[in-house]
Amino acid sequence: MSEKVLMKGNEAIAESAIRSGCLCYFGYPITPQTELAAYMAKRMPKIGGVFLQAESEISAINMVYGVAGAGKRVMTSSSSPGVSLKQEGISYIAGADLPAVIVNVQRGGPGLGGIQPSQSDYFQATKGGGHGDYHLIVLTPSSVQEMADLTSLAFDLADKYRVPAMLLADGTMGQMMEPVLLPEPHDVTVEKSWAVCGTQMKREHNIINSLYLSPEVLEKTNFERYERYKQIEENEVRYESYLMDDAEYCIVAFGIAARVAKNAITAMRKEGIKVGLIRPITVWPFPVKPIREAADKVKGFVCVELSMGQMIDDVKLASECKKPVVLCNRAGGMIPSVDQIIETTKKMIEGGAR
Amino acid sequence: MTTQILIAGFGGQGILFTGKLLAYKALLEGKELSWLPSYGPEMRGGTASCSVTISDEPVGSPIIDHPDVLIVMNLPSLDKYEDTVKPGGIIFVDSTLIERKVKRTDVQVFYIPSTKIAQDMGAGNLANIVLLGKVLKDCPAISRAYVEDALKKVVSAKHPEMYDFNLKAIDAGYNY
Repeated sequence: MSEKVLMKGNEAIAESAIRSGCLCYFGYPITPQTELAAYMAKRMPKIGGVFLQAESEISAINMVYGVAGAGKRVMTSSSSPGVSLKQEGISYIAGADLPAVIVNVQRGGPGLGGIQPSQSDYFQATKGGGHGDYHLIVLTPSSVQEMADLTSLAFDLADKYRVPAMLLADGTMGQMMEPVLLPEPHDVTVEKSWAVCGTQMKREHNIINSLYLSPEVLEKTNFERYERYKQIEENEVRYESYLMDDAEYCIVAFGIAARVAKNAITAMRKEGIKVGLIRPITVWPFPVKPIREAADKVKGFVCVELSMGQMIDDVKLASECKKPVVLCNRAGGMIPSVDQIIETTKKMIEGGAR
Repeated sequence: MTTQILIAGFGGQGILFTGKLLAYKALLEGKELSWLPSYGPEMRGGTASCSVTISDEPVGSPIIDHPDVLIVMNLPSLDKYEDTVKPGGIIFVDSTLIERKVKRTDVQVFYIPSTKIAQDMGAGNLANIVLLGKVLKDCPAISRAYVEDALKKVVSAKHPEMYDFNLKAIDAGYNY
């Protein structure tokens, strides 16, 4: 029987990845996710795995591409500027239909930005990021426990659908420590008959590729991929609904913003304001249905984000603009406070906010 | 019950270590907790802070805007955080390094020359632990229970002799 240990979010991701059968990690250091790489550097050589600090993020993601093609579980991690560098490789991995896990412990941007927590890579993570029509499965942990759990889930979902998965965390989640129950060791459960790992003269060669010069063929790969995306949208939406049963107002927030929102909700409920929370755990696929249903019940939405307002677009689309949606945000590495959330919510209730 | 503790001082004073010790203590007590460091170019000389929330229920936000307990080890930290403490809260001050008194009248304040006490013990770098000893004594929400076991978890296995030093430092603060 395992017991709870105290770990940083970054370390929880690393240990959970190893327990999920990931024996290859490629990366390049960047704050605030460096503990993840450091943990891998320490552990991988002891368990027969591979830790490799590449010469750049671009190099690291292409190493991921290679190992994914060989059918092994593989991970890379970085923070915002580094994840931008990886986008070309991520597009290739998506185009080649390979499972891999990419971690983004976000920091403020744009450009080199800062090192404090942010959620301003939401568009990049959920709307493609690289070139071409594709999606990543994007999971947003809100505790150190979820850093571990969602890492494990990311590997499973990536394998199941042959789609790269991203863990979209932020500096706070990476740096904070909480008690965590680590997942039991497990490994790949699906047959990877497509992998390039030697034919042993028993089968035809497999080919891993994202180049299709015939547009008819390329279109077909896109259509097929989007059929899989449809299944993901139907089966893999995850979210937490918190005090929504009697809620008259709905806060939508993920990651650290959702944690702050819960404190604000506790305080507002004490004042008799009936407010609840929908916390997307997957931001692609986005929890459209619960938000659409909430739009019929509540009087308005408050979207709390560590960005200039990105997820708010998805909330407006999902709610079909039936009710007002207001933004409560900070940017550049700042975090909305409990007081700010309460103030924004009250303003909306009074009809003052637009 | 939820107790929000903010520890602040210079980088290098063991601010994060103090928080870690409290976090492990809470873990061993079977409580819910979160530990959030300030991070960045603050390793030595700059200001460092650490937010520890200990609760009987799952912890909401790990960020502390208004601490119940403030533990400060330098003047800039007292200047910055004094006004944020909840009315009725407690402030612990290292009075060797902070000469001024707390201005607030709606909080409880404990002064202890922890840096001097640590230096007199020949362990100047354990001022944080001396201060923590005082907290364990005088903060009703934080008891001394499990602190020895927590210490075993956070003291490096490479330096087991530090365990005894730390324990002495806790006692020095506790009995001050």
